[in-house]
Amino acid sequence: MTSLMEFKEVDVHYGPIQALKKVSLTVSEGEIVTLIGANGAGKSTLLMSIFGQPRISSGEIIYRGEDISQKSSHYVASHGLAQSPEGRRIFPSMSVEENLLMGTIPIGMDHAEEDMQHMFELFPRLLERRNQRASTMSGGEQQMLAIARALMSRPKLLLLDEPSLGLAPIIVKQIFQILRDVASTGMTIFLVEQNANHALKLANRGYVMVNGEIRMTGTGDELLVNPEVREAYLGGH
Amino acid sequence: MDIVLQQLVNGLTLGSVYGLIAIGYTMVYGIIGMINFAHGDVYMVSAYITAIAIALLTFFGIESFPIIIIGTLFLTVAVTGAYGWVIERIAYRPLRNSSRLSVLISAIGMSLILQNYVQLSQGANQQGVPTLLSGALRFNVGDGFVQITYMKIFIIVASLIGMGVLTYIIQKTKLGRMCRATQQDRKMASILGINTDRIISIVFVIGATMAALAGVLITLDYGAFDFYVGFIIGIKAFTAAVLGGIGSLPGAMLGGLVLGLSEALFAGLISSDYKDVFSFSLLVLILIIRPSGLLGKPEVEKV
Repeated sequence: MTSLMEFKEVDVHYGPIQALKKVSLTVSEGEIVTLIGANGAGKSTLLMSIFGQPRISSGEIIYRGEDISQKSSHYVASHGLAQSPEGRRIFPSMSVEENLLMGTIPIGMDHAEEDMQHMFELFPRLLERRNQRASTMSGGEQQMLAIARALMSRPKLLLLDEPSLGLAPIIVKQIFQILRDVASTGMTIFLVEQNANHALKLANRGYVMVNGEIRMTGTGDELLVNPEVREAYLGGH
Repeated sequence: MDIVLQQLVNGLTLGSVYGLIAIGYTMVYGIIGMINFAHGDVYMVSAYITAIAIALLTFFGIESFPIIIIGTLFLTVAVTGAYGWVIERIAYRPLRNSSRLSVLISAIGMSLILQNYVQLSQGANQQGVPTLLSGALRFNVGDGFVQITYMKIFIIVASLIGMGVLTYIIQKTKLGRMCRATQQDRKMASILGINTDRIISIVFVIGATMAALAGVLITLDYGAFDFYVGFIIGIKAFTAAVLGGIGSLPGAMLGGLVLGLSEALFAGLISSDYKDVFSFSLLVLILIIRPSGLLGKPEVEKV
């Protein structure tokens, strides 16, 4: 398998605080890779650093053979990387449809109608809310919208930051079922999660991050039965 | 009765022009959270460009009103738009990640630079343009009459067209969606592939073109101007933007109309000497009673 995105010894600093320490990881084409870790471990920082926000202080982020670590956000976005970010960050005063259209910026409007229909099949709730202001929707619906918006750019690599955050267990289950459907189309997914149980069951491989460092790596199944992981992230049972 | 009607007409004209200029304040505030204090001077620059454009077109022997007016509008809007772009580029973009205070000081500096540059290059004397469109409609009302000059009708129609086109662009086009996205969440907009620096430049250009439209209309109507005209009308338009709810595009247009109408009525019925006092008292009152303005959303503290 060829590597689609690779972090090579990446450091990130916020002033005097080091948020990422020599982080190396790989996501290959067609894979589902997850990064699990506690709150504040640096997971979101890692995802945002792909878009240069913040800029990494040393190391390389290789995407399809090119170091993108010093590129602008819009350059990265227009080369096949799409993110559903922490906190969803949908556009509150726009309708669901307009939010979806925002996802088409990198590829233009040619497939907009067709892709939007596809999103409505994937997330029927969004079809019901099509013309509603996004801010009036529930957390789960907003999360679905954030994922759908990312998919609208037909990404080569889908980056997801805690899609389960703050949602009821039943909604989390629905969202992971949809992610499974998306993955079955061959989409490469890099998933950052605190919900280790769901994430590791979905993923081919996983990394465990502690205080800005990669502590462990292995297949999803290996990590699921790893005593240390069970103790720290799966409530010890 | 005739006085009230007459002042309503005058107020509508004044208000639509305030609205046009207020658009520049409100859009810039919406997208980068700063008050562009140089905006009134952009309007002032457009008055000079109007005069230059008319002189230029007349020099080339063009005499028909429609061609002169369209040519003047086109030239003024284009050149003033370029001013807007350059101002953002040299005075604000280098300060993109600085404190709000630095940007504010830079804006005041830009305002002084524009005034002094125009004073130096064009002279401190009042300048004028010839009347291009004269004549008026008269309606008898009771014992008196209401007079609407063709120029005033032209101002109202042109302003409404300008506002209509802009509203369409912002609400219905891809560029408009990109502007709104950048306004609502700049970081997310950049992650979605929007070059937010370019969108900010475009917003400055849009603001400048609307001010230029107002500049052409007022200059043609009023005839005279100097390097200082941007100050008072700039603050009035800023008042209109705050009145309507700063950051809100329909708010700026509505605020402009409300301010223009109430100012004209005050001038006609109570005292025209104190009309500026009235406008700015209105500003103080709004800031006390409803700081978010007529159509603005109250600021929500994010936790």
